[in-house]
Amino acid sequence: METCLENVKAVRRSKEEKKRIRKQIKASHTLLKHEGISTVSNPTKSLVVANGGLGNCVSREQLQAVLGEGGEVETLIMHPHKPYALVTYTTEASAQNVHALLNGRQLQCGDQIVTLYLSYVKTVDIGKSMCAALPPGLVLVSEFVSLEEEALLLDALDWTSRDEEVTVQKSLKHRRVKHYGYEFRYDNNNVDKDEPLPGGLPQVCVPVLERCVGDRHVDFTPDQLTVNQYQAGQGIPSHVDTHSAFEDPILSLSLGAQTVMDFRHPDGRSIAVVLPQRSLLVMKGESRYLWTHGITPRKFDVVPAIAPKSPAAVTSDLKDHSNLTLSRRGTRTSLTFRKVRRTPCDCAYPSACDSQQGPAPPSPPSLPISQSAACRLEAEFVHSVYEEIAGHFSSTRHSPWPQVCHFLSSLEPGSVLADVGCGNGKYLGVNPEVVAMGCDRSSALVQICSERHFQAFVSDALNVPLRSGTCDACISIAVIHHFSTQERRQAAVEELIRIIRPGGRALIYVWALEQDYRNQKSKYLKETKEQADAGSSTDHHIHGTKGQTGNATEDHYTAQDLSGLTNCCSMVQSGEESPVKLSIHTNRTPFNSQDLLVPWHLKSEGAGGSSQGTRGEEKEGRGSKMAKDTWDVTSSPSPVFHRYYHVFQQGELEELCVRVKGVTIQSSYHDQGNWCVILEKTGD
Amino acid sequence: MKLLTHNMLTSHVKGVTKGYPLLIKATEVTVREVEFNPEFVSRMIPKLEWSALVQAADWIGHLQDLPTELVTDYEKNEDFLRKVHRVLLEVEVLEGCLQCPESGREFPISRGVPNMLLNEDEA
Repeated sequence: METCLENVKAVRRSKEEKKRIRKQIKASHTLLKHEGISTVSNPTKSLVVANGGLGNCVSREQLQAVLGEGGEVETLIMHPHKPYALVTYTTEASAQNVHALLNGRQLQCGDQIVTLYLSYVKTVDIGKSMCAALPPGLVLVSEFVSLEEEALLLDALDWTSRDEEVTVQKSLKHRRVKHYGYEFRYDNNNVDKDEPLPGGLPQVCVPVLERCVGDRHVDFTPDQLTVNQYQAGQGIPSHVDTHSAFEDPILSLSLGAQTVMDFRHPDGRSIAVVLPQRSLLVMKGESRYLWTHGITPRKFDVVPAIAPKSPAAVTSDLKDHSNLTLSRRGTRTSLTFRKVRRTPCDCAYPSACDSQQGPAPPSPPSLPISQSAACRLEAEFVHSVYEEIAGHFSSTRHSPWPQVCHFLSSLEPGSVLADVGCGNGKYLGVNPEVVAMGCDRSSALVQICSERHFQAFVSDALNVPLRSGTCDACISIAVIHHFSTQERRQAAVEELIRIIRPGGRALIYVWALEQDYRNQKSKYLKETKEQADAGSSTDHHIHGTKGQTGNATEDHYTAQDLSGLTNCCSMVQSGEESPVKLSIHTNRTPFNSQDLLVPWHLKSEGAGGSSQGTRGEEKEGRGSKMAKDTWDVTSSPSPVFHRYYHVFQQGELEELCVRVKGVTIQSSYHDQGNWCVILEKTGD
Repeated sequence: MKLLTHNMLTSHVKGVTKGYPLLIKATEVTVREVEFNPEFVSRMIPKLEWSALVQAADWIGHLQDLPTELVTDYEKNEDFLRKVHRVLLEVEVLEGCLQCPESGREFPISRGVPNMLLNEDEA
């Protein structure tokens, strides 16, 4: 009897065991897919701890405590914002210990419970995860001023303002600021060069500046000083100091507390640099002209747990085994010394230089090389754009395509139909004999469906909240070309197939690279601006309205994209190839690449008057890149939005669909500049 | 949101295995007359999860005398088909939320539209 019970227990245990192993395998797959970390099955000294990362609110101290149960830890690497950690033990036996002890262990982190899954990795390659040290041209001098000097400076620059006549002092939204020498104007991000402030720079700064010149950090004496004071939780938006306003380099002294400054290259690389208290930052060359810098408003920073030997402590750099932890911010006062420029800037970075081409646009985004980058790209260049243009978009979408209608009419009465990516719902009422439900990522568009008394809900096409096999048919019209990686496009097809029953059918339309197919120009190419204006075409893809906003502008950027393709990203662990910049398409012309941004000229009436408004934030230099009008340097009457598209080559849609299990292609065809397939779900 | 749609919807939060049916917490419900089509309703019935429909109707106070068990030979039972027609197609939830029975995650319904978007960590 007892043995019998024990057997039952053993079976139960092995069930739990199996479940744990399944989860562990799943975690290692996720690591490989999203982080490029490959695990091995045979024991080694190093392990990856899935879920045990700073990104999951697991602190270094907490993780160290449990990892210590296995034996002596040699190194522990915790990357900022990552959901895992990498640990190396002094012996393989310790690693095996901890593998047995901690797999499935739950940690209470804040208000959530995190389950750890451990897998062996061959080696922890610090070199690979390391990025280039500092941005080119950036120099960080620690202990540039002494404690006494620091106190003297902070005292002299007291905010109880005895010196109002010689400074301009302001409280900005995110920090306090005052200016000496010249006032920095936040409305045009420049200075009035003919209106110096009386008094020049404070005397107390003179020895510091003399040392800057003496140590050859600069070969001129700065004549403008901006003092910023940041409380914990405050920051400054990312910006490049206006080229035409100031000479190169720019100096910045950190007093009172350390902080972390984020530098970003237009190609997407970003480097977080710890600025220690009393250090001097020299931004020269590329780091001054091309990289943006900013401070994220937050109360804690991810910093090395032990002060590194090298002065440049770069958090994402992971030198010294990247022993990272959290550090609470204090009140930091920064002194930025600059010299007002008297001649136009002639730097080597015309793409970011206002002197060389008027207000420069931010660089267009790159083709994503990771899942998270893909999500960000789609959020900015698909989801938020549709939300903004919904009203106008809907007004141009009233004619259903005949071939789609033909498919809908062929459905048996009483069929359940899902339109995934239904837009304004123009297909939901085509066949009144079927039960049609629509979903779309844009709540503004779904609201339009609802007002038309169609059944619709807001959801993502990768996660449709419908029971598997409930639908007799589904359609996905002009949706899948908005996913920016092949994996995501395939996942979108898989989700369509999941919701239909065996024997059910799916119709998919995507935009075609070949707009001029079999010597027939698509309606999109043939369309005139007037037709597009009137929204008279049956084509789904009407992109122009009153837009006389120069195609020249768009061409200009396309050309620039190519020239702007410089060095590649070293931050991405698996991405050895350079990220491909997306080009901006010129409306009603053939496509010159498969991944591109398509402009949408928003008609002001009836749609998003709010779209032109500023975000109510101060901007210094050029602000954040946005999907909307920031690239439209001509003062266009209609704001321009950019939507991301992946246009399909002939055969590509079919190739994508055959990768999906349990599917046969009933037919495929080209219809007015789109590639189309009808799929049937085979039994499962 | 009609109860017909509710009958097809399920919670899709990552890790959830029993996400159906979604619990309805309605604060505003309306009834909008729709033309009665007995064939259409008859065709829909086999596609439904009957118990979920009964539960849903009960949650929003429109169960009335809808049988908890599906009747046989409903095709010819006009009285029954009319009752199904009403709960399936005429009753609509305008405001409230849908709640995942397993995770407790709530999805708001606003102006008749359920918002089923998940956060990054839920997908």
